[in-house]
Amino acid sequence: MEKSEAVASVPLQPDLVKDRVSTSFKRKSKRNTRFISGLILPIVVVILWQTVSSLGWVTKIVLPSPLAIILAAKELILSGVLFTNLKISLVRAVFGFIIGGGLGLALGSFVGLSSRSEKLLDPSLQMLRTIPHLAISPLFILWFGIGEESKVLLIALGAFFPLYVNTFLGIRRVDAKLFAVSQVLEFSKFKQLKLLIIPAALPNILLGLRLSLGAAWLSLVVAELMGSTAGIGYMMLDARQFSNTDIVFVGIIIFAIVGKLTDSLVKWIEKHSLKWQDTYKG
Amino acid sequence: MEIKVEIKEKAFMKDQKSVQVLDDIHLTFNSGDFITVIGPSGCGKSTLLKIIAGLDVDYEGSVVIGSNEVKKPSIDKGFIFQEHRLFPWLTVEQNIAANLPLKKPELREQVNQLINIVRLNGFEKAYPKELSGGMSQRVAIARALLREPKVLLLDEPFGALDAFTRQHLQDVLIDIWLETKTTMILVTHDVDESVYLGTKVVVMKSKPGKVGHVIPIELPFPRQRTDQTFQEVRNHVLKHFEQLDQYSAVEG
Repeated sequence: MEKSEAVASVPLQPDLVKDRVSTSFKRKSKRNTRFISGLILPIVVVILWQTVSSLGWVTKIVLPSPLAIILAAKELILSGVLFTNLKISLVRAVFGFIIGGGLGLALGSFVGLSSRSEKLLDPSLQMLRTIPHLAISPLFILWFGIGEESKVLLIALGAFFPLYVNTFLGIRRVDAKLFAVSQVLEFSKFKQLKLLIIPAALPNILLGLRLSLGAAWLSLVVAELMGSTAGIGYMMLDARQFSNTDIVFVGIIIFAIVGKLTDSLVKWIEKHSLKWQDTYKG
Repeated sequence: MEIKVEIKEKAFMKDQKSVQVLDDIHLTFNSGDFITVIGPSGCGKSTLLKIIAGLDVDYEGSVVIGSNEVKKPSIDKGFIFQEHRLFPWLTVEQNIAANLPLKKPELREQVNQLINIVRLNGFEKAYPKELSGGMSQRVAIARALLREPKVLLLDEPFGALDAFTRQHLQDVLIDIWLETKTTMILVTHDVDESVYLGTKVVVMKSKPGKVGHVIPIELPFPRQRTDQTFQEVRNHVLKHFEQLDQYSAVEG
Protein backbone atom coordinates (compact mmCIF):
# COMPACT_ATOMS: atom_id res chain seq x y z
CA MET A 1 0.00 0.00 0.00
CA GLU A 2 2.97 2.26 0.73
CA LYS A 3 3.93 1.55 -2.85
CA SER A 4 0.54 2.33 -4.32
CA GLU A 5 0.56 5.52 -2.31
CA ALA A 6 3.86 6.33 -3.94
CA VAL A 7 2.15 5.98 -7.32
CA ALA A 8 0.60 9.29 -6.39
CA SER A 9 3.84 10.98 -7.36
CA VAL A 10 4.91 11.01 -10.96
CA PRO A 11 6.99 7.94 -12.02
CA LEU A 12 4.30 5.41 -12.99
CA GLN A 13 2.28 7.84 -15.12
CA PRO A 14 3.18 6.44 -18.58
CA ASP A 15 2.01 3.00 -17.50
CA LEU A 16 -1.26 4.44 -16.40
CA VAL A 17 -1.77 6.07 -19.79
CA LYS A 18 -0.83 2.90 -21.64
CA ASP A 19 -3.29 0.98 -19.54
CA ARG A 20 -6.09 3.35 -20.42
CA VAL A 21 -5.30 3.19 -24.14
CA SER A 22 -5.31 -0.59 -24.20
CA THR A 23 -8.60 -0.85 -22.31
CA SER A 24 -10.27 1.67 -24.62
CA PHE A 25 -9.05 -0.38 -27.59
CA LYS A 26 -10.43 -3.57 -26.07
CA ARG A 27 -13.69 -1.83 -25.32
CA LYS A 28 -14.00 -0.76 -28.97
CA SER A 29 -13.50 -4.26 -30.36
CA LYS A 30 -15.92 -5.57 -27.72
CA ARG A 31 -18.50 -3.05 -28.89
CA ASN A 32 -18.02 -4.17 -32.52
CA THR A 33 -18.60 -7.83 -31.73
CA ARG A 34 -21.67 -6.87 -29.74
CA PHE A 35 -23.00 -4.91 -32.71
CA ILE A 36 -22.45 -7.85 -35.04
CA SER A 37 -23.95 -10.43 -32.69
CA GLY A 38 -26.95 -8.17 -32.28
CA LEU A 39 -27.50 -8.25 -36.04
CA ILE A 40 -27.59 -12.03 -36.47
CA LEU A 41 -31.17 -12.60 -35.32
CA PRO A 42 -32.81 -9.82 -37.38
CA ILE A 43 -30.99 -10.93 -40.55
CA VAL A 44 -32.11 -14.55 -40.12
CA VAL A 45 -35.69 -13.41 -39.53
CA VAL A 46 -35.72 -11.19 -42.64
CA ILE A 47 -34.32 -13.99 -44.83
CA LEU A 48 -36.95 -16.46 -43.57
CA TRP A 49 -39.68 -13.86 -44.02
CA GLN A 50 -38.65 -13.12 -47.61
CA THR A 51 -38.52 -16.84 -48.41
CA VAL A 52 -41.95 -17.52 -46.97
CA SER A 53 -43.40 -14.57 -48.90
CA SER A 54 -41.68 -15.43 -52.16
CA LEU A 55 -42.94 -19.00 -51.97
CA GLY A 56 -46.45 -17.56 -51.65
CA TRP A 57 -47.20 -19.30 -48.34
CA VAL A 58 -48.90 -16.15 -46.99
CA THR A 59 -50.93 -13.52 -48.84
CA LYS A 60 -49.47 -10.08 -49.13
CA ILE A 61 -52.44 -8.58 -47.27
CA VAL A 62 -51.49 -10.52 -44.15
CA LEU A 63 -47.73 -10.28 -44.53
CA PRO A 64 -46.10 -8.42 -47.42
CA SER A 65 -42.54 -9.41 -48.23
CA PRO A 66 -39.62 -7.31 -46.96
CA LEU A 67 -38.89 -6.35 -50.56
CA ALA A 68 -42.47 -5.07 -51.04
CA ILE A 69 -42.14 -3.00 -47.86
CA ILE A 70 -38.89 -1.47 -49.11
CA LEU A 71 -40.52 -0.61 -52.43
CA ALA A 72 -43.49 0.96 -50.64
CA ALA A 73 -41.15 2.98 -48.48
CA LYS A 74 -39.23 4.14 -51.55
CA GLU A 75 -42.41 5.29 -53.20
CA LEU A 76 -43.56 7.13 -50.07
CA ILE A 77 -40.22 8.87 -49.75
CA LEU A 78 -40.06 9.89 -53.42
CA SER A 79 -43.62 11.26 -53.42
CA GLY A 80 -42.85 13.23 -50.24
CA VAL A 81 -45.85 11.70 -48.44
CA LEU A 82 -43.68 10.11 -45.80
CA PHE A 83 -41.83 13.27 -44.80
CA THR A 84 -44.91 15.49 -44.71
CA ASN A 85 -46.56 13.05 -42.33
CA LEU A 86 -43.41 12.44 -40.31
CA LYS A 87 -42.94 16.17 -39.85
CA ILE A 88 -46.47 16.57 -38.51
CA SER A 89 -46.02 13.64 -36.12
CA LEU A 90 -42.67 14.92 -34.89
CA VAL A 91 -44.05 18.42 -34.25
CA ARG A 92 -46.86 16.92 -32.14
CA ALA A 93 -44.47 14.70 -30.21
CA VAL A 94 -41.97 17.49 -29.58
CA PHE A 95 -44.60 19.97 -28.39
CA GLY A 96 -46.31 17.42 -26.18
CA PHE A 97 -43.00 16.28 -24.76
CA ILE A 98 -41.79 19.80 -24.03
CA ILE A 99 -45.02 20.72 -22.25
CA GLY A 100 -45.38 17.47 -20.27
CA GLY A 101 -41.71 16.75 -19.67
CA GLY A 102 -40.99 20.38 -18.78
CA LEU A 103 -43.82 20.45 -16.27
CA GLY A 104 -42.72 17.09 -14.86
CA LEU A 105 -39.17 18.35 -14.40
CA ALA A 106 -40.33 21.61 -12.83
CA LEU A 107 -42.89 20.09 -10.47
CA GLY A 108 -40.60 17.18 -9.61
CA SER A 109 -37.85 19.63 -8.60
CA PHE A 110 -40.29 21.78 -6.67
CA VAL A 111 -41.77 18.87 -4.74
CA GLY A 112 -38.32 17.30 -4.27
CA LEU A 113 -36.79 20.45 -2.83
CA SER A 114 -39.48 21.34 -0.34
CA SER A 115 -41.24 18.91 1.95
CA ARG A 116 -44.13 21.35 2.35
CA SER A 117 -44.99 21.27 -1.35
CA GLU A 118 -44.52 17.50 -1.24
CA LYS A 119 -47.26 17.19 1.37
CA LEU A 120 -49.47 19.53 -0.63
CA LEU A 121 -49.03 18.14 -4.16
CA ASP A 122 -47.58 14.67 -4.15
CA PRO A 123 -50.58 12.69 -2.83
CA SER A 124 -52.88 14.08 -5.55
CA LEU A 125 -50.30 13.61 -8.29
CA GLN A 126 -49.61 10.04 -7.20
CA MET A 127 -53.33 9.32 -7.34
CA LEU A 128 -53.58 10.68 -10.87
CA ARG A 129 -50.51 8.70 -11.83
CA THR A 130 -52.24 5.38 -11.20
CA ILE A 131 -54.80 6.11 -13.96
CA PRO A 132 -53.50 4.76 -17.30
CA HIS A 133 -53.20 8.05 -19.17
CA LEU A 134 -54.58 6.55 -22.39
CA ALA A 135 -57.84 5.92 -20.54
CA ILE A 136 -58.30 9.67 -20.37
CA SER A 137 -58.15 10.04 -24.18
CA PRO A 138 -61.96 9.87 -24.70
CA LEU A 139 -62.34 12.68 -22.21
CA PHE A 140 -59.71 14.75 -23.99
CA ILE A 141 -61.52 14.29 -27.30
CA LEU A 142 -64.78 15.43 -25.68
CA TRP A 143 -63.08 18.46 -24.17
CA PHE A 144 -60.71 19.51 -26.94
CA GLY A 145 -62.10 17.80 -30.05
CA ILE A 146 -60.00 15.64 -32.37
CA GLY A 147 -57.76 18.56 -33.36
CA GLU A 148 -54.17 19.18 -32.40
CA GLU A 149 -54.88 20.22 -28.79
CA SER A 150 -56.20 16.86 -27.62
CA LYS A 151 -53.28 15.05 -29.26
CA VAL A 152 -50.57 17.32 -27.88
CA LEU A 153 -52.14 17.26 -24.42
CA LEU A 154 -52.40 13.49 -24.40
CA ILE A 155 -48.71 13.28 -25.28
CA ALA A 156 -47.92 15.83 -22.58
CA LEU A 157 -49.83 13.79 -20.02
CA GLY A 158 -47.86 10.69 -20.97
CA ALA A 159 -44.54 12.50 -20.76
CA PHE A 160 -45.30 14.22 -17.46
CA PHE A 161 -45.21 11.41 -14.90
CA PRO A 162 -41.95 9.60 -15.65
CA LEU A 163 -39.99 12.85 -15.40
CA TYR A 164 -41.94 14.04 -12.37
CA VAL A 165 -41.44 10.82 -10.40
CA ASN A 166 -37.78 10.39 -11.29
CA THR A 167 -36.76 14.01 -10.72
CA PHE A 168 -38.42 13.86 -7.30
CA LEU A 169 -36.72 10.55 -6.49
CA GLY A 170 -33.36 11.79 -7.74
CA ILE A 171 -33.42 14.87 -5.55
CA ARG A 172 -34.42 12.84 -2.51
CA ARG A 173 -31.53 10.48 -3.08
CA VAL A 174 -28.90 13.18 -2.48
CA ASP A 175 -26.51 11.85 0.16
CA ALA A 176 -27.09 13.55 3.52
CA LYS A 177 -23.36 13.15 4.23
CA LEU A 178 -22.44 15.24 1.19
CA PHE A 179 -25.08 17.72 2.26
CA ALA A 180 -23.21 18.13 5.57
CA VAL A 181 -20.04 18.82 3.57
CA SER A 182 -21.82 21.55 1.63
CA GLN A 183 -22.77 23.12 4.97
CA VAL A 184 -19.24 22.96 6.35
CA LEU A 185 -17.92 24.55 3.14
CA GLU A 186 -20.64 27.23 3.30
CA PHE A 187 -22.15 26.60 -0.13
CA SER A 188 -24.66 29.21 -1.26
CA LYS A 189 -28.12 27.92 -2.24
CA PHE A 190 -27.16 28.25 -5.90
CA LYS A 191 -23.88 26.35 -5.47
CA GLN A 192 -25.68 23.68 -3.49
CA LEU A 193 -28.03 23.19 -6.41
CA LYS A 194 -25.29 23.31 -9.03
CA LEU A 195 -22.59 21.25 -7.31
CA LEU A 196 -24.63 18.86 -5.20
CA ILE A 197 -28.31 18.43 -5.97
CA ILE A 198 -28.38 18.54 -9.77
CA PRO A 199 -25.37 16.23 -10.32
CA ALA A 200 -26.64 13.80 -7.69
CA ALA A 201 -30.13 13.74 -9.21
CA LEU A 202 -28.92 13.61 -12.82
CA PRO A 203 -28.86 9.79 -13.21
CA ASN A 204 -32.52 9.65 -12.17
CA ILE A 205 -33.49 12.68 -14.24
CA LEU A 206 -31.96 11.13 -17.36
CA LEU A 207 -33.76 7.87 -16.67
CA GLY A 208 -36.97 9.88 -16.37
CA LEU A 209 -36.15 11.58 -19.66
CA ARG A 210 -35.84 8.25 -21.44
CA LEU A 211 -39.08 6.93 -19.99
CA SER A 212 -40.83 10.22 -20.80
CA LEU A 213 -39.72 10.11 -24.42
CA GLY A 214 -41.00 6.55 -24.69
CA ALA A 215 -44.35 7.51 -23.16
CA ALA A 216 -44.63 10.54 -25.48
CA TRP A 217 -44.04 8.33 -28.49
CA LEU A 218 -46.61 5.78 -27.35
CA SER A 219 -49.18 8.51 -26.74
CA LEU A 220 -48.53 9.93 -30.20
CA VAL A 221 -49.38 6.63 -31.86
CA VAL A 222 -52.56 6.23 -29.85
CA ALA A 223 -53.61 9.83 -30.47
CA GLU A 224 -53.07 9.54 -34.21
CA LEU A 225 -54.78 6.19 -34.56
CA MET A 226 -57.81 7.53 -32.71
CA GLY A 227 -58.54 9.91 -35.54
CA SER A 228 -56.49 12.38 -37.48
CA THR A 229 -56.05 13.79 -40.95
CA ALA A 230 -52.27 13.75 -41.08
CA GLY A 231 -49.26 12.14 -39.45
CA ILE A 232 -47.66 8.71 -39.57
CA GLY A 233 -50.52 7.22 -37.57
CA TYR A 234 -53.01 8.62 -40.11
CA MET A 235 -50.92 7.26 -42.96
CA MET A 236 -51.12 3.80 -41.41
CA LEU A 237 -54.84 4.07 -40.70
CA ASP A 238 -55.50 5.18 -44.26
CA ALA A 239 -53.41 2.32 -45.66
CA ARG A 240 -55.26 -0.20 -43.53
CA GLN A 241 -58.59 0.86 -45.04
CA PHE A 242 -57.24 0.07 -48.50
CA SER A 243 -55.50 -3.09 -47.28
CA ASN A 244 -52.07 -1.68 -48.14
CA THR A 245 -50.37 -3.74 -45.45
CA ASP A 246 -46.92 -2.80 -46.78
CA ILE A 247 -47.54 0.87 -45.89
CA VAL A 248 -48.69 -0.15 -42.41
CA PHE A 249 -45.34 -1.89 -42.03
CA VAL A 250 -43.49 1.21 -43.23
CA GLY A 251 -45.27 3.19 -40.50
CA ILE A 252 -44.31 0.66 -37.83
CA ILE A 253 -40.71 0.74 -38.97
CA ILE A 254 -40.65 4.56 -38.91
CA PHE A 255 -41.96 4.55 -35.34
CA ALA A 256 -39.29 2.02 -34.38
CA ILE A 257 -36.47 3.99 -36.00
CA VAL A 258 -37.40 7.38 -34.52
CA GLY A 259 -38.01 5.81 -31.10
CA LYS A 260 -34.64 4.10 -31.15
CA LEU A 261 -32.87 7.28 -32.30
CA THR A 262 -34.25 9.41 -29.48
CA ASP A 263 -33.44 6.71 -26.95
CA SER A 264 -29.87 6.47 -28.24
CA LEU A 265 -29.55 10.25 -27.97
CA VAL A 266 -30.42 10.18 -24.26
CA LYS A 267 -28.13 7.20 -23.75
CA TRP A 268 -25.34 9.19 -25.36
CA ILE A 269 -26.00 12.13 -23.04
CA GLU A 270 -26.01 9.68 -20.11
CA LYS A 271 -22.67 8.26 -21.12
CA HIS A 272 -21.01 11.64 -21.39
CA SER A 273 -22.47 13.38 -18.36
CA LEU A 274 -22.23 10.41 -15.99
CA LYS A 275 -18.69 9.26 -16.67
CA TRP A 276 -17.87 9.88 -12.99
CA GLN A 277 -20.16 7.01 -11.98
CA ASP A 278 -18.52 3.94 -10.54
CA THR A 279 -21.01 1.23 -11.31
CA TYR A 280 -21.03 -2.37 -12.47
CA LYS A 281 -20.85 -2.48 -16.25
CA GLY A 282 -21.29 -6.19 -16.87
CA MET B 1 -7.13 32.83 19.51
CA GLU B 2 -8.46 30.48 22.09
CA ILE B 3 -10.97 27.69 21.82
CA LYS B 4 -13.16 27.32 24.90
CA VAL B 5 -15.46 24.33 25.15
CA GLU B 6 -18.03 24.30 27.96
CA ILE B 7 -20.55 21.49 27.68
CA LYS B 8 -22.89 20.90 30.60
CA GLU B 9 -24.79 18.08 29.03
CA LYS B 10 -25.41 16.42 25.70
CA ALA B 11 -28.02 13.67 25.39
CA PHE B 12 -29.43 11.56 22.57
CA MET B 13 -32.87 10.07 22.38
CA LYS B 14 -32.65 6.32 21.92
CA ASP B 15 -35.73 4.08 22.01
CA GLN B 16 -37.61 6.97 23.58
CA LYS B 17 -35.10 7.07 26.43
CA SER B 18 -32.66 9.87 26.95
CA VAL B 19 -29.04 8.63 26.90
CA GLN B 20 -26.41 10.98 28.24
CA VAL B 21 -23.46 11.19 25.86
CA LEU B 22 -21.36 14.02 27.23
CA ASP B 23 -21.28 15.29 30.80
CA ASP B 24 -19.61 18.38 32.20
CA ILE B 25 -16.79 19.02 29.75
CA HIS B 26 -14.50 22.01 30.19
CA LEU B 27 -11.61 22.35 27.77
CA THR B 28 -9.47 25.27 26.67
CA PHE B 29 -7.11 25.03 23.72
CA ASN B 30 -4.53 27.55 22.57
CA SER B 31 -3.96 28.73 19.06
CA GLY B 32 -1.51 26.48 17.24
CA ASP B 33 -2.10 23.47 19.50
CA PHE B 34 -2.30 20.02 18.01
CA ILE B 35 -4.94 18.42 20.22
CA THR B 36 -5.64 14.72 19.97
CA VAL B 37 -8.73 13.30 21.64
CA ILE B 38 -8.67 9.63 22.53
CA GLY B 39 -11.21 7.41 24.19
CA PRO B 40 -13.02 4.08 23.93
CA SER B 41 -15.68 3.80 21.24
CA GLY B 42 -18.97 5.28 22.33
CA CYS B 43 -17.37 7.84 24.66
CA GLY B 44 -18.80 10.69 22.62
CA LYS B 45 -15.52 11.96 21.18
CA SER B 46 -16.97 12.33 17.68
CA THR B 47 -19.99 14.08 19.15
CA LEU B 48 -17.65 16.49 20.94
CA LEU B 49 -15.95 17.27 17.61
CA LYS B 50 -19.27 17.80 15.83
CA ILE B 51 -20.31 20.22 18.58
CA ILE B 52 -17.08 22.22 18.15
CA ALA B 53 -17.70 22.24 14.36
CA GLY B 54 -21.24 23.55 14.82
CA LEU B 55 -22.65 20.45 13.09
CA ASP B 56 -24.49 19.57 16.30
CA VAL B 57 -26.10 22.43 18.22
CA ASP B 58 -28.55 20.42 20.31
CA TYR B 59 -26.75 20.50 23.69
CA GLU B 60 -26.43 22.55 26.85
CA GLY B 61 -23.36 24.75 26.99
CA SER B 62 -21.27 26.78 24.59
CA VAL B 63 -18.24 26.65 22.31
CA VAL B 64 -16.32 29.87 21.75
CA ILE B 65 -13.59 30.25 19.14
CA GLY B 66 -11.71 33.52 19.55
CA SER B 67 -14.53 35.85 20.44
CA ASN B 68 -17.27 34.14 18.39
CA GLU B 69 -19.70 31.61 19.78
CA VAL B 70 -20.16 28.63 17.47
CA LYS B 71 -23.74 28.43 16.20
CA LYS B 72 -23.39 26.70 12.83
CA PRO B 73 -20.76 25.11 10.59
CA SER B 74 -18.50 27.50 8.71
CA ILE B 75 -15.34 27.51 6.62
CA ASP B 76 -13.15 28.80 9.46
CA LYS B 77 -13.74 25.44 11.14
CA GLY B 78 -12.45 22.89 8.62
CA PHE B 79 -13.84 19.40 9.12
CA ILE B 80 -12.40 16.11 7.91
CA PHE B 81 -14.87 13.24 8.21
CA GLN B 82 -14.12 9.57 8.78
CA GLU B 83 -14.85 8.97 5.10
CA HIS B 84 -13.43 11.34 2.48
CA ARG B 85 -16.87 12.62 1.35
CA LEU B 86 -15.69 13.90 -2.01
CA PHE B 87 -18.20 14.82 -4.69
CA PRO B 88 -18.00 11.85 -7.08
CA TRP B 89 -18.90 13.99 -10.11
CA LEU B 90 -16.05 16.46 -9.60
CA THR B 91 -12.38 15.89 -10.43
CA VAL B 92 -9.67 16.19 -7.80
CA GLU B 93 -9.02 19.88 -8.48
CA GLN B 94 -12.72 20.67 -8.76
CA ASN B 95 -13.33 18.90 -5.44
CA ILE B 96 -10.63 20.99 -3.76
CA ALA B 97 -12.02 24.24 -5.19
CA ALA B 98 -15.69 23.10 -4.81
CA ASN B 99 -17.73 26.30 -4.59
CA LEU B 100 -14.77 28.61 -5.20
CA PRO B 101 -13.93 29.73 -8.76
CA LEU B 102 -11.07 27.62 -10.11
CA LYS B 103 -10.81 30.02 -13.06
CA LYS B 104 -9.42 32.79 -10.85
CA PRO B 105 -5.60 32.77 -11.22
CA GLU B 106 -4.87 33.30 -7.49
CA LEU B 107 -7.13 30.43 -6.50
CA ARG B 108 -5.72 28.23 -9.25
CA GLU B 109 -2.25 28.92 -7.82
CA GLN B 110 -3.38 28.03 -4.27
CA VAL B 111 -5.01 24.81 -5.47
CA ASN B 112 -1.84 23.82 -7.30
CA GLN B 113 0.23 24.48 -4.17
CA LEU B 114 -2.07 22.33 -2.07
CA ILE B 115 -1.96 19.53 -4.63
CA ASN B 116 1.81 19.70 -4.21
CA ILE B 117 1.57 19.64 -0.41
CA VAL B 118 -0.69 16.58 -0.34
CA ARG B 119 1.38 15.01 -3.16
CA LEU B 120 -1.32 14.43 -5.73
CA ASN B 121 0.49 15.79 -8.79
CA GLY B 122 -0.69 14.09 -11.95
CA PHE B 123 -4.13 13.35 -10.50
CA GLU B 124 -5.66 16.81 -10.85
CA LYS B 125 -8.17 15.63 -13.46
CA ALA B 126 -8.94 12.23 -11.92
CA TYR B 127 -12.39 11.40 -10.53
CA PRO B 128 -12.72 10.07 -6.96
CA LYS B 129 -13.51 6.58 -8.26
CA GLU B 130 -9.98 6.42 -9.66
CA LEU B 131 -8.33 7.22 -6.31
CA SER B 132 -7.29 5.00 -3.40
CA GLY B 133 -8.66 5.63 0.10
CA GLY B 134 -5.53 7.46 1.21
CA MET B 135 -5.46 9.68 -1.86
CA SER B 136 -9.13 10.57 -1.41
CA GLN B 137 -8.55 11.55 2.21
CA ARG B 138 -5.65 13.78 1.10
CA VAL B 139 -7.98 15.53 -1.36
CA ALA B 140 -10.41 16.11 1.51
CA ILE B 141 -7.59 17.60 3.60
CA ALA B 142 -6.56 19.90 0.74
CA ARG B 143 -10.19 20.97 0.32
CA ALA B 144 -10.36 22.00 3.98
CA LEU B 145 -6.96 23.73 3.93
CA LEU B 146 -7.83 25.86 0.89
CA ARG B 147 -10.32 27.73 3.10
CA GLU B 148 -7.47 28.59 5.52
CA PRO B 149 -9.46 27.50 8.58
CA LYS B 150 -8.63 28.81 12.05
CA VAL B 151 -9.02 25.29 13.30
CA LEU B 152 -9.03 21.96 11.50
CA LEU B 153 -11.23 19.28 13.06
CA LEU B 154 -10.46 15.68 12.12
CA ASP B 155 -12.82 12.86 13.03
CA GLU B 156 -10.81 9.60 12.95
CA PRO B 157 -9.57 10.65 9.50
CA PHE B 158 -7.21 7.71 9.00
CA GLY B 159 -9.26 5.04 10.78
CA ALA B 160 -10.28 3.24 7.61
CA LEU B 161 -6.78 3.17 6.10
CA ASP B 162 -4.09 0.52 6.33
CA ALA B 163 -1.13 1.02 8.67
CA PHE B 164 1.38 2.23 6.04
CA THR B 165 -0.94 4.74 4.46
CA ARG B 166 -1.96 5.95 7.89
CA GLN B 167 1.65 6.60 8.94
CA HIS B 168 2.32 8.40 5.68
CA LEU B 169 -0.71 10.66 6.11
CA GLN B 170 0.19 11.35 9.74
CA ASP B 171 3.53 12.70 8.50
CA VAL B 172 1.78 14.74 5.80
CA LEU B 173 -0.49 16.20 8.46
CA ILE B 174 2.44 17.12 10.74
CA ASP B 175 4.19 18.82 7.81
CA ILE B 176 1.06 20.84 7.11
CA TRP B 177 0.67 21.75 10.77
CA LEU B 178 4.31 22.83 11.13
CA GLU B 179 4.00 24.92 7.98
CA THR B 180 0.58 26.56 8.55
CA LYS B 181 0.37 26.48 12.37
CA THR B 182 -3.35 25.79 12.02
CA THR B 183 -4.90 24.63 15.28
CA MET B 184 -5.73 20.94 14.91
CA ILE B 185 -8.17 18.84 16.89
CA LEU B 186 -8.00 15.17 15.92
CA VAL B 187 -10.20 12.42 17.32
CA THR B 188 -8.80 8.90 17.28
CA HIS B 189 -8.99 5.55 19.06
CA ASP B 190 -5.35 4.81 18.38
CA VAL B 191 -3.02 5.65 21.32
CA ASP B 192 0.07 5.65 19.09
CA GLU B 193 -1.52 8.13 16.74
CA SER B 194 -2.57 10.43 19.57
CA VAL B 195 0.97 10.54 21.00
CA TYR B 196 2.71 10.75 17.62
CA LEU B 197 0.68 13.79 16.54
CA GLY B 198 -0.51 15.63 19.63
CA THR B 199 0.97 18.44 21.69
CA LYS B 200 -1.82 17.66 24.14
CA VAL B 201 -3.71 14.38 24.47
CA VAL B 202 -7.23 14.53 25.87
CA VAL B 203 -8.13 11.14 27.32
CA MET B 204 -11.86 10.56 27.59
CA LYS B 205 -13.86 8.00 29.51
CA SER B 206 -17.27 6.71 28.54
CA LYS B 207 -20.80 6.38 29.86
CA PRO B 208 -21.24 9.26 30.09
CA GLY B 209 -18.42 10.87 28.08
CA LYS B 210 -16.15 12.88 30.38
CA VAL B 211 -12.63 14.23 30.19
CA GLY B 212 -10.37 11.93 32.20
CA HIS B 213 -6.97 13.54 31.71
CA VAL B 214 -5.31 16.16 29.57
CA ILE B 215 -1.71 15.03 29.06
CA PRO B 216 0.79 17.45 27.46
CA ILE B 217 3.27 15.75 25.12
CA GLU B 218 6.58 17.61 25.26
CA LEU B 219 8.40 15.62 22.58
CA PRO B 220 9.93 17.66 19.72
CA PHE B 221 8.93 17.14 16.08
CA PRO B 222 9.61 15.11 14.02
CA ARG B 223 8.96 12.28 16.42
CA GLN B 224 10.34 8.78 16.15
CA ARG B 225 7.98 5.92 16.91
CA THR B 226 10.85 3.63 17.86
CA ASP B 227 12.48 6.19 20.14
CA GLN B 228 12.68 5.12 23.80
CA THR B 229 11.28 8.39 25.20
CA PHE B 230 8.41 8.13 22.72
CA GLN B 231 7.67 4.64 23.98
CA GLU B 232 7.75 5.84 27.58
CA VAL B 233 5.30 8.68 26.89
CA ARG B 234 3.09 6.32 24.92
CA ASN B 235 3.01 3.82 27.79
CA HIS B 236 2.22 6.61 30.20
CA VAL B 237 -0.80 7.66 28.10
CA LEU B 238 -1.83 4.05 27.56
CA LYS B 239 -1.81 3.44 31.31
CA HIS B 240 -4.15 6.38 31.91
CA PHE B 241 -6.32 5.24 29.05
CA GLU B 242 -6.60 1.66 30.33
CA GLN B 243 -7.27 2.77 33.88
CA LEU B 244 -10.16 4.93 32.75
CA ASP B 245 -11.43 2.22 30.48
CA GLN B 246 -11.44 -0.36 33.25
CA TYR B 247 -13.05 2.10 35.59
CA SER B 248 -15.85 2.84 33.16
CA ALA B 249 -16.22 -0.85 32.33
CA VAL B 250 -16.80 -1.63 36.02
CA GLU B 251 -19.12 1.32 36.34
CA GLY B 252 -21.10 0.44 33.25
